[in-house]
Amino acid sequence: MKRLVVAAAMAVVLVSPGRAQETLTVYCSILEEQCRVGVAAFEKATGIKVSMVRKSTGETYAQLRAEANNPRADVWWGGPGDPHLQAAEEGLLAEYKSPKLAELHDWAVKHAEQSGWRTAGIYLGALGLGYNTKVLASRNIPEPKCWADLLDPRFKDEVQIADPNSSGTAYVMLASIVQLMGEDQGFAYLKALHKNVNQYTKSGAAPVKATALGETAVGIAFMHDMVTMILDGAPVKTVAPCEGTGYETGSVSIVKGAKNMEAARRFYDWTLSAEAQTLIGSGLKINWVPSNKAAATSPHAPKLSDIKLIAYDAAKYGSSAERTRLLKKWDAEVKALPK
Amino acid sequence: MTPSGRAWLLLGLIGYAILPWHLADLAPLANRYPAGEAGSGLGRALFGGAWWLLPIAAGLAVATVPVVARLDRDKAAAWLVAGGGFGLALLVVQGFVIGHNGWTTAWLAAWFGAPGPRQGGLGFGAALTALALLMLLCQGLADRGWCRGDAFVVSAIGLVVALIGLFVFFPVLRILVSAFQDNAGQFSFSEFAAKVLDRSIWGLDCLTSSLRCGVAWNTLFLAVLVGVGTTALGLAFALIATRTGFRYKGALRVLTVLPIITPPFVIGLALILLFGRSGALSALLYEWFDIPRSRWIYGLPGVLIAQLLAFTPIAFLVLIGVVQGISPSLEEASQTLRASRWTTFRTVSLPLMRPGLANAFLLGFVESMADFGNPLVLGGNFEVLSTKIFFAVVGAAHDQGRAAVLSLVLLGFTLAAFWVQYAWLGKRVYTTVTGKGDSGLLLPLPRRVAWLCYATAIPWAVFTFVVYAVILVGGFVRSMGRDYTPTLEHFLTGFRIEAGRHGLFLSGSAWDSFIATLKVAAMAAPLTAVIGLLTAYLMSRQSFAGRRAFEFGTMLSFAIPGTVVGVSYILAFNVPPVEITGTAFILVMCFVFRNMPVAVRSGIATLSQIDKSLDEASLTLGARSFATVRRVILPLLRPAVVASLVYSFVRAMTAVSAVIFLVSAEYNMATTYIVGRVEAGEFGLAIAYSCVLIVVMLIAILMIQLLVGERRLGRRTAPAPVGNVAVQAAG
Repeated sequence: MKRLVVAAAMAVVLVSPGRAQETLTVYCSILEEQCRVGVAAFEKATGIKVSMVRKSTGETYAQLRAEANNPRADVWWGGPGDPHLQAAEEGLLAEYKSPKLAELHDWAVKHAEQSGWRTAGIYLGALGLGYNTKVLASRNIPEPKCWADLLDPRFKDEVQIADPNSSGTAYVMLASIVQLMGEDQGFAYLKALHKNVNQYTKSGAAPVKATALGETAVGIAFMHDMVTMILDGAPVKTVAPCEGTGYETGSVSIVKGAKNMEAARRFYDWTLSAEAQTLIGSGLKINWVPSNKAAATSPHAPKLSDIKLIAYDAAKYGSSAERTRLLKKWDAEVKALPK
Repeated sequence: MTPSGRAWLLLGLIGYAILPWHLADLAPLANRYPAGEAGSGLGRALFGGAWWLLPIAAGLAVATVPVVARLDRDKAAAWLVAGGGFGLALLVVQGFVIGHNGWTTAWLAAWFGAPGPRQGGLGFGAALTALALLMLLCQGLADRGWCRGDAFVVSAIGLVVALIGLFVFFPVLRILVSAFQDNAGQFSFSEFAAKVLDRSIWGLDCLTSSLRCGVAWNTLFLAVLVGVGTTALGLAFALIATRTGFRYKGALRVLTVLPIITPPFVIGLALILLFGRSGALSALLYEWFDIPRSRWIYGLPGVLIAQLLAFTPIAFLVLIGVVQGISPSLEEASQTLRASRWTTFRTVSLPLMRPGLANAFLLGFVESMADFGNPLVLGGNFEVLSTKIFFAVVGAAHDQGRAAVLSLVLLGFTLAAFWVQYAWLGKRVYTTVTGKGDSGLLLPLPRRVAWLCYATAIPWAVFTFVVYAVILVGGFVRSMGRDYTPTLEHFLTGFRIEAGRHGLFLSGSAWDSFIATLKVAAMAAPLTAVIGLLTAYLMSRQSFAGRRAFEFGTMLSFAIPGTVVGVSYILAFNVPPVEITGTAFILVMCFVFRNMPVAVRSGIATLSQIDKSLDEASLTLGARSFATVRRVILPLLRPAVVASLVYSFVRAMTAVSAVIFLVSAEYNMATTYIVGRVEAGEFGLAIAYSCVLIVVMLIAILMIQLLVGERRLGRRTAPAPVGNVAVQAAG
């Protein structure tokens, strides 16, 4: 009996009483280091205490959905635009027109408009090819420049890309190919590429690491992630496909029913500011393109002027209906194919 | 009424009248106590407009009657049952129908008018009152003759059933309901049927063509291989450790325990660095033997190797207690009857190990099904249910219903394995530890068995050693696989300590999560062991209605993949009555109920060897159940205590998939931090952090074994040192 009392007492001690409502809760889906540096700078600038958790985009989205009846978070910071748009469509995000929108590039404003002002772009990352120069040299394969080059039979089992069912990155590729080549030709391309794909990885970032280690010759991923590996000394080069390519718009949103709306808006405004984007972008050697016109871009970042960006229709391809349809089609027509 | 009954009544009254009933911020207490948000149940009911709390007082009052009035035993018991039952039922029902925004069900709102009364999550007062009411109810039931009138047994059953109901069945039901809903939340059986019978789950195309088979078959095949493999390897290690004079037992045991204390992804990563296309061993093979480099590690072989590495220790921990417990006198009897050593081993020792073998297989099977880190890193195009489920929840498709359906398939397999195990063990008796003098000498292994054990265990041990060498090196070089310049930079990034003006300052980026993890693991481990072994005791020593269902219930949270458990915990515990998301409590409970099955399994396996006559002797001598458990059973259960403490502590430090949804800023866990580093490609820091965790866990295991001590079975000579892995390693 005594033991039960002790157990009960332990349980009582365990539940930390109450949650202080003065602190802002941020779910952060960019790199951990960026989250930490950014939050510290915001706290210093405003005196608002921030409690931050870093989770991947998919995890955050699943959590926001599960918490819909009693939201815990105030702000969702970072991660590709598609899930933000989907959350906006499902009514998980609050509408807010930030005064900072005026300072942003057009693509970021357009992104905000598409969501009904429920999210805004903070950076742009273009999809590209990365290849291990050592592996290519040892096999005498020319460096790929275009999507079409990847169909070369010499790349058999040498291309790695994530599974669009599990990775937002790979979904961007699927949607980009469809928009670039048209649906029929796009799927014909993906079917042809299937023969050269050695693995559909679960995580979108996995092909980057595999390319750096030489486990695969070519990986398809966001170019700024490839650049990080290059700066780390990996024998990797990255290129934007010559036909044109899609991109992600990294986003920030306020959660609907946020308990600290005022502080959430200040945080939101701050993430759109030039100083914040410089700090967590080029300041940390992150090589994406910031959305604020005045923010500094890293000197290593792929130049937007060298990349042929398609007019990515986020409204259409970010909607649940179109996404479900494309994923089903990809499952049935591409993934199910024999090698 | 017994003194403990009075104590519970008093606690119930304190919980109701003094402690804050709801969860609330306690800081500005003055204006919110006793009638405001932080008020006690009584205060809120009388002065705070929370009228619905008043009838709970009636329950307590009814239970007080036997204290005030002089009643005979039966009448007093009836009052207790009525009071406890009424109060508890009322409290639970209220908790579920009155939420943050009024009535939680539509028909109540229609009946009584919306929005209705509101209340937040229940707090300390409500928890204590509920516990006291439950205990009073159990006391009453015991007095009415349940379980031979043993109040301890009834209370323990009541408590365990209530806890499992709250922390296993309730959340699991919340998520499984979504299997029957379409995306809009409407119930739809046709959609459920279509999802369950999907070709991607059950397809058999791999038998006839080059297409892939369904994910269910992949998972089943892998789980059976892993179950058999881990049981065989675990048995080999257990036999070597207990029955041979092998000289390097200490080193062997450290190696068998290492994988269990390794954070996720690390084994997978090491295997890639060794056997990947550009891995170190592949390079050697290519240079020396001209064996072409390939990607064979990605897929079934890689996952199988990684899971064998990871789960063999669990089989070992279960089997060693059982192998030790086998009575030497039975073997001696066999030899006296002129059976050879081999015949004795085959017909006496091995059959007596069946409970251990069955439980080890079951754990390996279920662990393999639920494992998600290894298939994620090494799976390649070989898909299993756990990763499918994870990405159904967090992937681009975001289909919770599909995740629930796949979880049901997984559950089905587990259920089947559970029944197969039951059937195989049958009704035979495996008791070998009895009260009679059992001072035989353990029989050495027959030679061919010994050789077989060495032949399996030693290469495996060497292999484990190589994998860990890779991991260790990885923490100290700039970039594993590319740049082998030695460096301490990873450790400094994570665990830097700076001397500031106010003394030492932990400035490394890993400290917060490290300390939070230690706290949570230290709280979860003893709770897991207590609840798990109590459950094992109840299930193997007491008979009560619904025991089998109860036993399966304890396996539920273990069998369901962590991701699903994580989401189900949010769905269940983010809203009143039990609103605990964001606290350390939810993490601790998640760990306790996820890891409890190991404590239960090893408890049952060990208990099935201990003769009931020992308990009966104690009871006959006038000891009550609680005293019997404490003085007789617990000391004999020491291997199971060690196994459950070690396992739950370690798993609390290394589990990842369930907690990924439950961590908060305040309570971030080491594993989510490591996964973040792996995602960012910072393998060095991830490996360095893992090294630190491994060292911490080794120290913890050493301390657990020193604290719990060894079981003394009164054999003539101590056959082999028991359960002191690290002691031997240090010596």
